Amino acid sequence: MGGKKTNWPVTILLIIGSLLVLFPLYLTITIALKTPQEMAGNLLALPETWRWQNFTEAIQLTNFFNAFTNSLIITASVVVLTLLTNSLVAYAIARNMHKRFYKFLFYYFVSAMFIPFPIIMLPIVKQTSNWGMDNLTGLIMLYVVYGLAFNVFIYVGYIKSIPKELEEAAIIDGASRWQVFWRVIFPLLTPMNATVGILTTLWAWNDFMLPLVILSDRDAATLPLVQYIFQSQFSTDYNLAFASYLMALAPMVLVYIFAQKWIISGVMKGSLK
Amino acid sequence: MKSNNRAYFWMTIPALILFFVFHTYPALQGIFYSFTDWRGYGEWSFVGFKNYLNVFQDDRAWHAYIFTFKFAIVSTILVNIFSLMVAVGLNSKIKFQKTLRAVYFLPNILSILIIGYIFNFIFTHFIPDIAENIGLNALSQNILGDPDTAWVGIVIVAVWQAVAFNTILYLAGLVTIQDDLYEAASIDGAGPWKKFWKITFPLIAPFFTINMVLAMKNFLMVFDHIIALTGGGPGQSTESISLLIYRGGFQGGEFAYQSANAVIYFIIILIVSIIQIRILQKREVQA
Repeated sequence: MGGKKTNWPVTILLIIGSLLVLFPLYLTITIALKTPQEMAGNLLALPETWRWQNFTEAIQLTNFFNAFTNSLIITASVVVLTLLTNSLVAYAIARNMHKRFYKFLFYYFVSAMFIPFPIIMLPIVKQTSNWGMDNLTGLIMLYVVYGLAFNVFIYVGYIKSIPKELEEAAIIDGASRWQVFWRVIFPLLTPMNATVGILTTLWAWNDFMLPLVILSDRDAATLPLVQYIFQSQFSTDYNLAFASYLMALAPMVLVYIFAQKWIISGVMKGSLK
Repeated sequence: MKSNNRAYFWMTIPALILFFVFHTYPALQGIFYSFTDWRGYGEWSFVGFKNYLNVFQDDRAWHAYIFTFKFAIVSTILVNIFSLMVAVGLNSKIKFQKTLRAVYFLPNILSILIIGYIFNFIFTHFIPDIAENIGLNALSQNILGDPDTAWVGIVIVAVWQAVAFNTILYLAGLVTIQDDLYEAASIDGAGPWKKFWKITFPLIAPFFTINMVLAMKNFLMVFDHIIALTGGGPGQSTESISLLIYRGGFQGGEFAYQSANAVIYFIIILIVSIIQIRILQKREVQA
């Protein structure tokens, strides 16, 4: 990096641009802390006093902790199950790509990336409700299964680059194929697991459409879905609404503040495949 | 060897079955029902291609397709222009590089639906308020309330959010370009523009292809933005294809009809992706 001097015009332009990114968040935080009376005044102003009551009201109205728990359960379960199962499937495929069956499997899973969700939306909703899967468990399973399309694609590419000699040594020592995967391969997949884990977290946490169509019980609603359900009750009480939005956005923003370097490089790696 | 094969087999079979049951089977069902008159409940019979012919004569469907494509094309172009600009900026010798990169990527981790609700307030109250205060009549109306301008609001939110991801993709491409290429060009007397078009752009062309295809495909499926901003309105002026399938299929008793619509939609997305990849790859080779 050394040698050249700082390009100040570009730095300043980028700082101005970053204000455009941050502005909606500034507005969210200030409105969430204002009183309804203050909304008549300058919207850009900081709140006169911090009105925490907006948050307690929003928590009660939307049953925030329930929705938060649902989102957390879904995201955590989906990430863990995805990492454990999708990598295993990809391993079997990657090591047998010369066989017709596994080659077919690879293209079968990956081609699903081109199938838009609306084409399966109507039938899958019928199916899940007929089978009693219109709940959190059903939703978690759908995420893990649908994730296969993209995850098999990036895992297979990565596993192919791992030399087979490592496995053969373990096999000679008497390990079974399953043990080889869990003891030798899975630990080596850590960088890819990080990428898949991050992308899956973002997807499962923020997704709106799948919970909207699959979940039939309001008590199972996730954080984004709750904002949708309570739109009419927020009505013109923007302070209440924004307090609710802020609480729904905050967990991910907090995680991002501490892990942004990780998250960005994880997404970058996933997108380069 | 045999136990090996059996192990590999059992590693994939459950996934294959589940994927078939929850992805392929519903897709096939959708295609199957698109040839019937099923409303989502009750009796049904085969109607051949009638649903497909009706979609082509349906003004609401035509409108949804036109709106979705207009939205997707404009958003794709804008997202790629902005994210390329931001990426080039972030890749140059600037101060606060890490922080700025983190800020520009922030929208990617946020829920589109909630962002949409926040922008809904900005368009409905904040901008008209400010415009009135400074006497700018052109902006004193809520753009989401006018059928002619509501789509612009959706584009703004979509671009605001999607620039984050596309910037990261371009940045990944830009960091692979060696500094000495630029230095050599400087010695030859090339200015910044010439350097961008002769060095930067050709070298990140593959990223340009991926970005265009991915952005377009995502925007053609637009749903969350619209729910939060306009709900498809005013009237049906911002009803996207996904929203139409969702509404008609679940609330309008048009299960079979919207299934036919979904099949058409799928074929169009496939064709658009293939055409884009073909054209853009050709350009890569020439560049």
